[in-house]
Amino acid sequence: MKNRKQSAAEIKNGETIPLSAVPVLRYGEFAEMNSSLASGEGFHCSHMFAAEHEKGQRIFCIMADDTNGTLLVSSAVPGRGEVLKSLTAMHPSFHPFERAMAETPGIKYADHPWPKPLRYPESPTGEKHRMEDYPFFQIKGEDLHEVGVGPIHAGVIEPGHFRFICNGEKVLHLEIQLGYQHRGAEELLVSKKGMMEKVMLAESAAGDTTAGNASAFALVYESLAGAKPDSHVSYCRTLALELERMAIHTGDLAALSGDVAYQLGNAVFGRLRTPIINYTQSWSGNRLGRGQIRPGRVNFPFTEKLALSLEKMLAEYSRDYIEMADTLFHMPGVQARFHKTGRLTKDDALSMGLVGMPARSTGIRRDIRATHPHDHYTLVRHEPVLLPWGDVQARAQLRDLEIRQSMEMVSGMIKNIPPQGRQADLDGKKLKSSSLCVSLVEGWRGEICHAAITDRKGEISCYRIKDPSMHNWFGLAMALRGQEISDFPLCNKSFNLSYCGHDL
Amino acid sequence: MFRTLSVFFHNGRQFIPSIRSAELREPFRGRPVITTIRIDEKKAAALCPVKAIGTAPLSIDMGRCLFCGECARAFPEKIIFTADHKISANKREDLVIHAGNDLPVHVDRYAVRKEIRSVCGRSMKLRQVSAAGDNSTEWELGASGNVQFDMGRFGIEFVASPRHADGIVITGPVSVNMARALQICHDSTPSPQIIILAGTDAISGGIWNGSSAIDRSFIDRHKVDLYIPGNPPHPLTIINGILDLMTWD
Repeated sequence: MKNRKQSAAEIKNGETIPLSAVPVLRYGEFAEMNSSLASGEGFHCSHMFAAEHEKGQRIFCIMADDTNGTLLVSSAVPGRGEVLKSLTAMHPSFHPFERAMAETPGIKYADHPWPKPLRYPESPTGEKHRMEDYPFFQIKGEDLHEVGVGPIHAGVIEPGHFRFICNGEKVLHLEIQLGYQHRGAEELLVSKKGMMEKVMLAESAAGDTTAGNASAFALVYESLAGAKPDSHVSYCRTLALELERMAIHTGDLAALSGDVAYQLGNAVFGRLRTPIINYTQSWSGNRLGRGQIRPGRVNFPFTEKLALSLEKMLAEYSRDYIEMADTLFHMPGVQARFHKTGRLTKDDALSMGLVGMPARSTGIRRDIRATHPHDHYTLVRHEPVLLPWGDVQARAQLRDLEIRQSMEMVSGMIKNIPPQGRQADLDGKKLKSSSLCVSLVEGWRGEICHAAITDRKGEISCYRIKDPSMHNWFGLAMALRGQEISDFPLCNKSFNLSYCGHDL
Repeated sequence: MFRTLSVFFHNGRQFIPSIRSAELREPFRGRPVITTIRIDEKKAAALCPVKAIGTAPLSIDMGRCLFCGECARAFPEKIIFTADHKISANKREDLVIHAGNDLPVHVDRYAVRKEIRSVCGRSMKLRQVSAAGDNSTEWELGASGNVQFDMGRFGIEFVASPRHADGIVITGPVSVNMARALQICHDSTPSPQIIILAGTDAISGGIWNGSSAIDRSFIDRHKVDLYIPGNPPHPLTIINGILDLMTWD
């Protein structure tokens, strides 16, 4: 085997490299190298996707090196009609990426262990899998029954289908069929040419992670345009990301309280989310922070006046938040439901390639803010919270600790606002041609990855978004094994994954 | 016990006393106002990522608008986004704001189906269907029921089954993959089978227009009872819009 330097290009988060600098390996070598990298704890697959290449496909794999903060990018061009050896068969963490690729024309796997449709896109020939024909895993037996839920759920949430195989109340297997939310976002990001159109698409990739996706898009676009963001712009993005994290974690604690019938927690955490998102509205005019982050600029700079009102909001929020959180985590009734429910082991999490909160709650140190910092995180020196238990309790407590950490980070940041500098307007600016750029951002759910490829004319010819939910949906399915079916809502909320981010 | 009492004491009363008269402050972007000064209209229209701006004379279609505010930033004297959040309407054409028009948007009470008032005048149970919604409008629909906005006080509630509902609230542009489920859900709803579209994506397809993965035929085939614009709509927009549909006051 060649050494790593020859087999993969090593880049930093948000760095652009010429496509020619990404080594093209023989497919076998490509599969071997990436799956063996994934089997160690220090690396994980951030994204694997196919891009059109000379009437065929070129497969790119981006492996994140979590110890020295780089990304290893390698590629392979399978021969026409070649049936490929599946990386998933060697390491399960690749499964959603290969399932997505198997839905693009010209890619077929010989030995994928879970060859099922993922997003149900329409193929260029007009063929389409039917949602009704999903090949559910089945177990036969007189004692067993199946429970089907969705695509439309009882609550106000996005669509997806859940199929449980149960023995009495006990869940033997949960299978999650997604794809209902497929909107063709990646294709539109290429076909819509204006930068503003692309920004709006990025903001809506997963609407609850506006700051996360808009930042990831901005990092890619700036890098391709050869523009470095001003320090005030970087600062605002980081602040927006942390406020988003605090707001949604707080809302999640409300939902978790609701699912164990703890009304007080549900009401108080629910209302505590409001001052944070209302603050975001007072800053950017929108409760989710839409219309704020643009490549090269922010539409609403952070002023001393805003800092004062943020300080006041945080003081009031933290007083009530800490009191409520301490109450929640001391409630015996709540503890009885949180502890040892929906447990995942660290080994399971590693083999499924989990990221974000579910990974950190089994003790895996995966947090882009620490491992691949961008923007203001390079100055903050974040150290992620890790918990060992991997159950609902761990995922709930992780949110609590991360909220406290974010409060501290934000309080520190507002003491020292970088002066407003030059706001760059990158709309219409020529992008580097025949290049690849990858950006990683730690959204509140976990690692978001945006990757763009430009053609010879400097137009974006391929854009890929990976929501952390791509990795983590399988984690939820595994966490349910052996649980009471009535604990499903609780487990589901403790993951709080994105449907639209998955199906894009 | 003391902890719980202390939480009660510190949180006090959280509800907004008057949803009808609650106001928002800038920089919130609500109903746009277009002045009559002259600008290069084509340039303004070209700025819009969703072609919500019409020309000769200039107009903004709130059913297409993403409220990003880019046009107002480029032409601050021509286009102003006010903090007026009451922008729901039951006639599609009422969502289009024309130059020189600074009147509030309202639900035309005479155009509301009679059975909606007679059946749902004091209570409206709704089933929410997210059809490729991006979880922003879903979020705000959820927030409308929290202890602050508390739309339950008006008898408005999201229920778990379409069989228990008076109608559906659709969010998202409707993906091909959700089209069938949406139709089944609508068919399962008893009369008056209200249809409410919440958010720009649902009303016009928004930024998703042009995608082959979107199927708008359900929306084209059915009469819509209420449009709630926004990206996403503010809870105050949602609750006031639904109240206008239910009641006369």
